[in-house]
Amino acid sequence: MTSNFRAWPVVLALSIVSAPLVLMYVYLLVDTVTSTAPGSLIPYEFTLRHWTFLWTPVPGRPDIWRVALNTLVFATASSAIVLSLSSTAGYVLSRLNVPFRRFFLAGVMVLHAFPSVTLIVAIFLVLQMVGLYNSLAGVILVKAALDMPLGIWIMKGFYDTVPWEIEMAGIQDGASRFTVWRRLVLPQVRPALLALGLFAFLSGWSEFILPQVLAPDNRVQVLSVYLAGLIADDNNFDMALFKSVGVFYVVPVILLFLFFQKHLMNIYGGGTKG
Amino acid sequence: MRILLDGFTKSFGPMTVIDKMTLEIRDGEMLALLGPSGCGKSTTLFAICGIHKISAGRILFGDRDVTNVASQQRNVGVVFQSYALYPHMTVAENIAFPLEVKKLKAAEIKRQVDQMAELVHIEELMKRRPAELSGGQQQRVALARALVRKPDVLLLDEPLANLDSKLRLEMRSEIRRLQLATGITAILVTHDQVEAMSMCDRIAIMNAGEIVQIATPGEMYRNPRTEFVAGFLGNPPIAFLHGVATSGGFASVGGEAIALPASVPLPPPGSKLTLGIRPEHFGPTGNIPIRGRISFIETQGRENLYDVTLPSGSMLRSIQPLRGDVALNEEIEWSIAGDRILVFDEHGTRL
Ligand SMILES: Nc1ncnc2c1ncn2[C@@H]1O[C@H](COP(=O)(O)OP(=O)(O)O)[C@@H](O)[C@H]1O
Ligand SMILES: [Mg+2]
Repeated sequence: MTSNFRAWPVVLALSIVSAPLVLMYVYLLVDTVTSTAPGSLIPYEFTLRHWTFLWTPVPGRPDIWRVALNTLVFATASSAIVLSLSSTAGYVLSRLNVPFRRFFLAGVMVLHAFPSVTLIVAIFLVLQMVGLYNSLAGVILVKAALDMPLGIWIMKGFYDTVPWEIEMAGIQDGASRFTVWRRLVLPQVRPALLALGLFAFLSGWSEFILPQVLAPDNRVQVLSVYLAGLIADDNNFDMALFKSVGVFYVVPVILLFLFFQKHLMNIYGGGTKG
Repeated sequence: MRILLDGFTKSFGPMTVIDKMTLEIRDGEMLALLGPSGCGKSTTLFAICGIHKISAGRILFGDRDVTNVASQQRNVGVVFQSYALYPHMTVAENIAFPLEVKKLKAAEIKRQVDQMAELVHIEELMKRRPAELSGGQQQRVALARALVRKPDVLLLDEPLANLDSKLRLEMRSEIRRLQLATGITAILVTHDQVEAMSMCDRIAIMNAGEIVQIATPGEMYRNPRTEFVAGFLGNPPIAFLHGVATSGGFASVGGEAIALPASVPLPPPGSKLTLGIRPEHFGPTGNIPIRGRISFIETQGRENLYDVTLPSGSMLRSIQPLRGDVALNEEIEWSIAGDRILVFDEHGTRL
């Protein structure tokens, strides 16, 4: 940073403004490992009681590890589909002279802008008809399909920045179009692949409405649905349990962000660097 | 290998860029495609290597008709203007790529890559990536990659345009050395007449999608077929005088009368003519004296270039060894070498 102004007033101002937020996070963490008397703010004891859901399932709910595994499968599979199809479709739309190219491009744009919630009833009916209702496979396919337009669009943008001569040089060197794509072009858009993969994974991890509507069964439940179930349960409402599961749910996301934030920023930067 | 373009036509949509061009490149020669920007040089090159499908005509490599053969099967080496090295691969991997595609054995690939690296003098750069190379080094790698699969023909699209002037001089002789060492048939695309003249066996000069003349550099310089060719070749450039034919000579627009040698077939008096006079054919010696005023002096080191404004306002150029006896704005009487005057008719065709 070029410091033609002093940094500390800005830091101070930002700290004051974000203090409530930080405080809330601290409270969230503290609350999960302590007990507090009703109406009080100060905890009176340390306890791991709120984390017992990790080894003994909450009555009437599926095993948390099973749910976590479902979430992992859901997020991984849908992001893998998004990644593989976007990286190929984006290339085709960027480079190859396919019929209806403009139509496809416009279609992708419209699909991306379309609020997907409005489709959910239709999707529900379709899934039921093809027998994929209440299955992970079904909801994975739907999630991937809805995330794909953005993925295709982003990948096309990155492919557009790869110099045309590199491909022509590859062709002249005797390589097939596919080899050129895999060995020469794909490495140039690696940052985009990484960013898009993470993006799709996080989007899958935090998806709620699709699994809630299309795969609500205990067998195929994902964490967001599990969490929503806790809060909707009026009979034995347990605030501390809800918080603990929430922390459990969000930790992987925070870890991913910490490790990959540089790559995630890339998706907005565009272009290949280095 | 001999390359023949036979009636080659290329259109982009409704616009025909090249119309029925016929061009033969002899086995083992280096031919320059010279012409101003936008005249269709790159288009011709891309047709030969198969990047562009041609609209009509045939392309022959030796006796083989490759008109409908895919780029990959044509065995053409191309050096692009931007070099187009693969940024994620090291120099060695770049050069090895064409051989890997051919599925040669690793040991064989290594042997050929090393041999190529030695030929273009980049042995010590093999582990670097393109971003860590200078322009001249990138150029050498691009040449090595193009040559490693022993192509039938080497195509170079403005290979020196991105280099600074010192490197350009070095790579000029380097490319020629490689071409002679490998004996490969090569086509050099350039808009720089000095490159074309200094590197190539023959020059094909293009204008607006047509080949105007094909000749050796010396022949083309001495004996240009049109005004365009005369104006394109030569540095400092030729000077033109516009006027009309008289009986036995030429009268400029401003009134200077110049007697022309009898060997030039003159059109009827009154027809429009243009005279081309090269700077080295106007000076203290010559047989057609002409008066003028020195309007500009450019020192080039070994020689001086003088711009001489004639009383009519037209301008001639003269290049002479350094001399201290003439100054700016001085009136002089120098002479034109009459037998070296190039005479063009009103369409620019040489008479
Ligand atoms: N892909 C293309 N589509 C349309 N016009 C083109 C294309 N490529 C080249 N042209 C046109 O063809 C003409 C010749 O271009 P080019 O061969 O690149 O010229 P240069 O001699 O400078 O290499 C130019 O007028 C250019 O606008
Ligand atoms: Mg060009």
